Amino acid sequence: MSEKRQMIPVWFFVGVTLLVYGVLILATGIYEFSHPPATILANLHPALWWGALLVVVGGIYVYLYLPRKS
Amino acid sequence: MTMSVPYALPALLLAADPGNMARIISLSPTDLAIIAFYFAMVLGIGFYLKRYTKSGEDFFLAGREMTAWVAGLSFLSANLGALELMGWAASAYEYGILATHWYWVGAIPAMLFLGIVMMPFYYISKTHSVPGYLQLRYGESTRALSAVCFAFMTVLMSGINMYAMALVMKVVLGWNIHFSIWVSSITVAVYVALGGLFSAIFNEVLQFFLIWLGALLIPILGLIESGGWSGLVARIHQNLPEGDYTHLWRTMGHFTDNPMGIHWTGIVFGLGWVISFGYWTTDFLVVQRVFAARDIRAAKFAPIIGSYFKMAVPFIVILPGLLGLAVLPFHLVPESAVAPGQHTYNEVLPLMLARYCGPGLLGLGITALIAGFMSGMAGNVSAFATVWTYDLYRPFVRKDATDAHYLSMGRWCTILGVLISIGTAYLVMQFKSIMDYVQALFSFFIAPLFGTVLLGMLFKRVTPSGGFWGLLAGTLSSIGMWALVKTHHNLLALIALSSHAKDMAENMYRALWSWLICVIVTAVVSAFTQPRPVEELNGLVYGCTELPSEGHLPLWQRPIFWAAISAVLFIVLQWLFW
Repeated sequence: MSEKRQMIPVWFFVGVTLLVYGVLILATGIYEFSHPPATILANLHPALWWGALLVVVGGIYVYLYLPRKS
Repeated sequence: MTMSVPYALPALLLAADPGNMARIISLSPTDLAIIAFYFAMVLGIGFYLKRYTKSGEDFFLAGREMTAWVAGLSFLSANLGALELMGWAASAYEYGILATHWYWVGAIPAMLFLGIVMMPFYYISKTHSVPGYLQLRYGESTRALSAVCFAFMTVLMSGINMYAMALVMKVVLGWNIHFSIWVSSITVAVYVALGGLFSAIFNEVLQFFLIWLGALLIPILGLIESGGWSGLVARIHQNLPEGDYTHLWRTMGHFTDNPMGIHWTGIVFGLGWVISFGYWTTDFLVVQRVFAARDIRAAKFAPIIGSYFKMAVPFIVILPGLLGLAVLPFHLVPESAVAPGQHTYNEVLPLMLARYCGPGLLGLGITALIAGFMSGMAGNVSAFATVWTYDLYRPFVRKDATDAHYLSMGRWCTILGVLISIGTAYLVMQFKSIMDYVQALFSFFIAPLFGTVLLGMLFKRVTPSGGFWGLLAGTLSSIGMWALVKTHHNLLALIALSSHAKDMAENMYRALWSWLICVIVTAVVSAFTQPRPVEELNGLVYGCTELPSEGHLPLWQRPIFWAAISAVLFIVLQWLFW
């Protein structure tokens, strides 16, 4: 965001948050294969693919905006 | 339903009585971990940004170095609070797709107008706030009037939002009201006092992602369950054969033809012109985000970028309400008619969340709501701190202090603002009717303010006296009309053009009349008073300001190009859902 100040971009914080949430939700999605939740359309395993999506999006943001020493 | 604020809908939720409701959602350890991580992240961002907040410009304007994307997403997020999400989902359940007007005709034209027409003047004048612009254009008296109104109302609204958040957490999760108020407000006070507008903007961008990713699953899974849009429409017609819940304009020919009790003139001229333009172009809470843009092109682009996402918001707000009509196996009821075991309109979004989202996803959805509340509160206190410090304290209390002094004042003001908000929250808890008055007061001010700013920007003949008296007359007339309808309900037919008009329609027409009164008084007083010399209006008024040319840029890099595409998309959406 601010190149002149070498500030970590906001996108990095977004990436870390999504990555952490993605890992937690993905793990829950895997657990739900043996313990399915009592929700509508649980057979579609939304936690699994939504968690995976968050991991991918968060991972991309973290990789692209990781603070690197110049 | 209580409805005083014409633009936002917190009053709808504030009518809730937690004693009547059963807890809707129970959280798992994974959900709690997700919420706890959010709090840790926002506090961490605040501590990290403190080292970059060394001057008044850093604290109050985020150093004026935000990119168009960051400013645009933050601009949108400042308006995308949890009350907004839950309130409009509830409205969609009650009124159908008509609620979408507040996202499309009630937002898109105004956002594009801000980006293309108004932002250059705000930016070139190098003002730090909307009252600051009024000082440059009209003088101290107009600035003082608008700054006092804005600062006072902003901090009170923050308290109302805080109470509403605690109430929602109580209803949805069973959390203690005092716990919710203190934890959220201390967190906001810490991160805004540390990083100022930097912190507020960073967290609003984070909130933007959380809201979309937390809420998007509801419409996706809902459309799968109901068989797509055509299946959704068929189910709604089957469940509610007597009403039209899926057309935007078709039922607006007469006040009695639609559940809102509103005519298309109220929507187009009241909402689409006065209220929407007033809110999106002069409410400093949202406009402050664009002031933080790093150059004039970024400042013009920011609201245009926001307009694209604003057009998509009904997908995560209105659609869940419509899906509630289609798939819920029971009917929701108004607050006034709720019996034990029943759910109200206000609960449609949490109910749909609980319907489709298991552990983890539920935590993400709740975090999105909490993030929305906290960002809204942060937006209020950061705007309050700026207006108090720059528009009241500096000109009227201590003129020649150092920048460090004003920075320190901004930090203390943030904490003071949060404390006043907490006080307001407890006051509202004791006397619920207060919130009606506070929200009504806020609505009195926005419509005439738009008249004052717009005339000042477009016409050099408008004089300082004209601006001041127009703003005062518009605000007082709005208060007068509101009080008259409160005391003599039969006057509703005169002000809202129909005795069938509901609260929402009354708000639309009151805003329209108060804006017209402001414009007429400004014009008449200006005709009889002396305008400022043209050379003093450079950078403030159209025709007296040389705007930077964008002719050297390729078409696709010009804001006007993307604004035109946004406008075309907006028109196509009206046609699709006519």
